[in-house]
Amino acid sequence: MQQAGAPARWVPEKREQTWLAWLFDWKPFLIVICLMPAVGLLLVFLTYPLGLGIYLAFTDATIGRSGVWVGLENFIWLAGDPIFWGAVFFSVFYTGVATVLKFALGLWLALLLNNHIPFKSFIRAIILVPWIVPTVLSAIAFWWIYDPQFSIISYVFVDVLGWRDTNIDFVATAWPARWSLIAANVWRGIPFVAISLLAGLQTIPPSLYEAAMLDGATSWQRFRYITVPMIMPILAIVMTFSIIFTFTDFQLVYAITRGGPVNSTHLLATLAFQRGIPAGQLGEGAAIAVSMIPFLVFATLFSYFALARRKWQQGESND
Amino acid sequence: MANIITRRSTLMLGASAAAATALGASPGAAQIQRAAVTPPSWPIESGATLRMLRPVRFVQPDEEVFRANCARFTAQTGVQVRVDFVGWEDISQQTAVTANTGAGPDVIIGFNESPHIYVDKLVDQSDVAEYLGARYGGWLPMAQRYGKRHNSNTWIGIPFGASGGPLVWRKSAVNAAGFQAPPEDHAGLLDLCRKLKAANKPSGFALGNAVGDGNGFANWLIWSFNGFLVDPDGRVAINSPETIAALEYLKQLYETFIPGTVAWGDISNNRAYAGQELWLTSNGVSLYFSLKNDPATAAIAADTEHTLMPKGLASASPMAGLTLNAMTFRHSRFPNAAKSLIAFLMEAEQYDPWLQANLGYWSQPLANYGASAVWTSDPKVSVFRDTMKSDYWLGYKGPISQASAAANNEYIMVQMCAAVAAGQSTPQQAVREAERRAQRHFRAR
Repeated sequence: MQQAGAPARWVPEKREQTWLAWLFDWKPFLIVICLMPAVGLLLVFLTYPLGLGIYLAFTDATIGRSGVWVGLENFIWLAGDPIFWGAVFFSVFYTGVATVLKFALGLWLALLLNNHIPFKSFIRAIILVPWIVPTVLSAIAFWWIYDPQFSIISYVFVDVLGWRDTNIDFVATAWPARWSLIAANVWRGIPFVAISLLAGLQTIPPSLYEAAMLDGATSWQRFRYITVPMIMPILAIVMTFSIIFTFTDFQLVYAITRGGPVNSTHLLATLAFQRGIPAGQLGEGAAIAVSMIPFLVFATLFSYFALARRKWQQGESND
Repeated sequence: MANIITRRSTLMLGASAAAATALGASPGAAQIQRAAVTPPSWPIESGATLRMLRPVRFVQPDEEVFRANCARFTAQTGVQVRVDFVGWEDISQQTAVTANTGAGPDVIIGFNESPHIYVDKLVDQSDVAEYLGARYGGWLPMAQRYGKRHNSNTWIGIPFGASGGPLVWRKSAVNAAGFQAPPEDHAGLLDLCRKLKAANKPSGFALGNAVGDGNGFANWLIWSFNGFLVDPDGRVAINSPETIAALEYLKQLYETFIPGTVAWGDISNNRAYAGQELWLTSNGVSLYFSLKNDPATAAIAADTEHTLMPKGLASASPMAGLTLNAMTFRHSRFPNAAKSLIAFLMEAEQYDPWLQANLGYWSQPLANYGASAVWTSDPKVSVFRDTMKSDYWLGYKGPISQASAAANNEYIMVQMCAAVAAGQSTPQQAVREAERRAQRHFRAR
């Protein structure tokens, strides 16, 4: 930052530029070169499988047979397939109920953890455990918990307390099985929500609360007018991720019920796998997987636009 | 689990295999009758090496003896054999990749229908089958069904064995209910199950998404009433009075079951039986051995009996097993070496020790191996000897195909039964739903 009145500027010795140096100084080329690895990875590992999946959805490929283009035939069959619509219903229901419960309980937990309590860091670390444990392991634990014969809960109620005569029916009829799976998913998902929201809570400047307290705001008003608006951006992001993870859940359902009893707990992901791999109907499985895309796009747009559309979040002042 | 058999490991494997057979029954092979048939000549290609894929073992000696047998083949012919053991759930997919890319293993021992799906990619094995059949007393009915191309005498697969799921029951409970053994007719079985339930020692069969046990029970139920999913031409024929009668019977039978069978997977009945909550079910021999080998449950094993599933209205006990089916691919550069290996492994010197090492998990496809020492080593496994004598197969009465496999893996029969048992559908609704789903798989392509 030389001042105007300074002595004559130092001029670097002009060197002969090689074509290579010139090329690397040329911005468009540099951009292409720098983006290439990332774009290449995305194309090979994301775009190609996704494109192949969408292509397969329009063929009648099976395992061992490449199949021919059949247009919308798979989708027309699915439109008349009650098992598919059952999976659509349960996917939406599962995602909706589990997300509401996860956010209600997760926010509550985050607010509790945001207070000064003894062993704060230790407790924060511990509540992450359900989320850290590999899903398959916790799914197998729930599989045992929900077992028709050997459920620990049934054991406590029947053999220890003597409150019931028969084992509790967790997964052998449709509605209990659905609620059992939602409970397992909520148990697994709460830590992610709680820790993410806790991070959001800790970014809220204490001065806002102090000012509000001086103005005589009640704790509900402080929550409603300071906490909620301030964590809304992170809430929107966390909710987007949570909805995507829940809607595409596979492991819990596959390990606990395999979509049973009689297909009442199939999610779109488990049904797509069941039809595509064990049954070998690759085209139909791909069609089911592709039909998840509109739901996911809608859910993403909803949480983005419904929850994060505040001007101040985009650097402008609020109305 | 890849393992390249080298000369050095051959020695070690031979030693461990010898130890394994010594531990089991008598070394055998001597009592297996064989006819003096000259084997066809398969001049082994020079420089031949073979790669083989097969499902992972049931029991450790299975793998040891199998590797030792291949090592002996290497010693006799100089052909290196590499055997890869693949997880059960993966072998169908790996077979598909091998068939479609025309690269990979020369020989795959797959399950059930695989040779019928990839028939265009396979070497005709009729000469191997005819030789082995002539030498060892002929192929059993189920082996012929799985080995031969539909409606022809061309062998596309060489079955290595099958595993069945008969009735498994507690002698004490069945006797206390007033029966010597489970009866062969439907009314008698229902009576037995009602009495078991009254004695608080219930029966139960898997009606959940259990590929082995669920399909085994559902198929038995429909077949024992003379119903079937598809006719011999592959047309869906489930919607029949026989099926309705079977489902009406199931409604009564299900009331005697232990609760929760609609949610059962393949392992659930094993656990309930071992936990003394279940007293009559159907399962492979694995349940018996796991009980017998654990001191805590040895008493249950001593009280356990196996009998074939009740005949019902059928002329023979309706039971289809899981079948090992070996195929040689056309892309193999050494088809003669592959044929020699398959024939070699099925010869008594190799096959009988392998059969014995498997303790009855796999049952022979060739008649003369019925004399194997394995079937007398424990009287309780002798019922598994005739698994491949069955006239039934997965996909009965239609051709074995991708469609029959898909119907099995989609649980069409199981879910039809479960929907009626759980009271979700009437038998008529459940049959129509099964028909609708089956027609999709069996449609002409």
